[in-house]
Amino acid sequence: MSFLLQQILLEPRLAVQLNNELLNQLLSQARSARLLATLAHQLQNKAVDAQLPATVQRHLQSAILIHEKQKRDLAFDGETIRQVLDSVGERLVLLKGAAYMLAELPAGHGRLITDIDILVPQQRIGAVEKALNESGWNSSYANTYNERYYRNWSHEIPPLTNRKRGTTLDVHHNVLPPTARPNVNACLFFDRLIEIKPGIFTLSWQDMVIHSATHLFHEGEFQHGLRDLWDMDRMLRDFPGRDPLFWEGLVSRARELELQVSLFHGLTYAEQLFGTPLPEGIIEDTGTWATSLRKPVMDFLFSRAFRPDHPQCKLPYTNLALTILYVRSHLLRMPLYLLGPHLARKAWMRLFDDDGGSHQGLKREEL
Amino acid sequence: MRLLRHLAADDFKQRLARGELPVRVGPYIYNVQSNLPSVVEGFAILYGDFQIAEPGEFVDYNVAIVHSGLLQRIRGKAKFLFDRRSPFDSIPAGQAYAFLEWGMNWCVSVHANEYLTLHAAAVSRGDRAIIMPGTPGAGKSTLCAALGLNGWRILSDEHALIRPDTAQIIPLCRPVSLKNESIEVIKSFSSEAIFGPVSKETHKGVVTHMKADLHADSHDTKPLRAKAMVFPRYARDEPQRLSPRRRTDSFILAAYHSFNYSLLCEAGFEAMKTLIENIDCFDLVYHDLNFALNAVNDLPDRHSGI
Repeated sequence: MSFLLQQILLEPRLAVQLNNELLNQLLSQARSARLLATLAHQLQNKAVDAQLPATVQRHLQSAILIHEKQKRDLAFDGETIRQVLDSVGERLVLLKGAAYMLAELPAGHGRLITDIDILVPQQRIGAVEKALNESGWNSSYANTYNERYYRNWSHEIPPLTNRKRGTTLDVHHNVLPPTARPNVNACLFFDRLIEIKPGIFTLSWQDMVIHSATHLFHEGEFQHGLRDLWDMDRMLRDFPGRDPLFWEGLVSRARELELQVSLFHGLTYAEQLFGTPLPEGIIEDTGTWATSLRKPVMDFLFSRAFRPDHPQCKLPYTNLALTILYVRSHLLRMPLYLLGPHLARKAWMRLFDDDGGSHQGLKREEL
Repeated sequence: MRLLRHLAADDFKQRLARGELPVRVGPYIYNVQSNLPSVVEGFAILYGDFQIAEPGEFVDYNVAIVHSGLLQRIRGKAKFLFDRRSPFDSIPAGQAYAFLEWGMNWCVSVHANEYLTLHAAAVSRGDRAIIMPGTPGAGKSTLCAALGLNGWRILSDEHALIRPDTAQIIPLCRPVSLKNESIEVIKSFSSEAIFGPVSKETHKGVVTHMKADLHADSHDTKPLRAKAMVFPRYARDEPQRLSPRRRTDSFILAAYHSFNYSLLCEAGFEAMKTLIENIDCFDLVYHDLNFALNAVNDLPDRHSGI
């Protein structure tokens, strides 16, 4: 069962047939999925945007302007961070949206980001954090429960915010928390980095896809689910052209990183929602008897999670599915004896600290 | 042409509750949803003369102020939603009306990039529009309200939308937000001012809104040519004065007061340059509203460049 945004992303020309009410739904779905600039880019690419009403065009154009501004800011902030890391002898390794955008990948076209994610070798975290602190990147979580949580149980340090620019920087030392079941050896990523600009690196094309899938299927909240799946689709269509051996080593690489289950889900749902062309047999290669046994349940859950939070998109039992996925993500992240107290604490904070102790005003994800 | 006040009270309330009330506001259409009594009441008072958009028109901004669940209702909290997502933290239900207005401002501040947008009040008389940028507390809204009650047409108390590469301003008339002492100032200035709900203890103090569409042409959408930019500053202990201001300084200050100057990049620079080159700029220091009104009324028609 497809929905409007999905149809138009894949077949932008259909947009000219939509009436105002459907166009309103389309833009609304795209905004809530954080895909408005991506949609705008797709429409522009096929020269469809000029045929839409002026009232619609101005929103698409505006989204593209926001994307372009983020790209300029990213280039500036990226260079600043590169210099700080360089001062302690580390390379700048970008992850996710920032990587797609600075590497000018199709996944970066119209991509919006809320923060810059980077990967640093675990043993260098202390030195890097100190250097960043001294250059105006500071955490607002000092001495809180959240800080202790990050330090003890997370694969990243508490988010750093640049005092002058307001940019948020997430410094990771791995792609999954140390308590998660797959035991990912993050050192492996550093052997295959790609230099996209002088001194600025991304993961290899294969690792980028595997990381994207891992992030997506270990996340507890799916506001960005569809957007992340779109990233996967764009990468899977683009990378085989950059590296003829892309498909060949993908599955074995995922196995080496112990992330083949995430890759299985990523490939499955990219194909299901966006018709991503995959080589014959690759899904069977990544799956096991256990994953295929669970597939009907996973289909039930993810077919709901990947829909924009919008009345026209919602399937029955969406809330149930989202709750199960939320709990699942935590079970994947930590064993039960750690998880119980953590979720209890979070629930308490949500009930009594109002909005989980976040600050008055704009929420972080909107910045 | 159907106005909001043409709807029967029950119909109005039901349509607002269901989110089926698209309203034309300047160049945009907002679809507003709420079942909070203060919002229903405030919207009826302040938007009664606004046009209902035709069914099937494209809606620019879907906004709502609602309780999102039983727990919020019990705790007296509400949420502002934009496209069904909440960009802000939840708010005390008693401040709901103020947050609706702020949320509606936010829609334009964040999403309207087809114009150079300045954080400024704007008023017009005849074919002459005046832009009044101001930091919070500078008195731009108070001055804007007083001008509106004095025969000027209020174009906006929050956003001056400038069409790039022109000195034209697009009217976006919505209620004027008044804070703290300025509420009493305007009440004693004119008995004709109409106010919406009062929100207490907001992060800006006590806030209320004044009906702004007092002029026959209030909802006309034709662009108007800006003639002057006045930077008002309320100062109790300084001599009152209206003095010309250098264009170069004004450019920088206006850019500072813009929501999207840096987002528009070169286009923003060009738009601001064209605007500033075609208008005169003034500083207005005042503590007496009548002094300020006279100063704006008597602005020299075309000041030679300085």
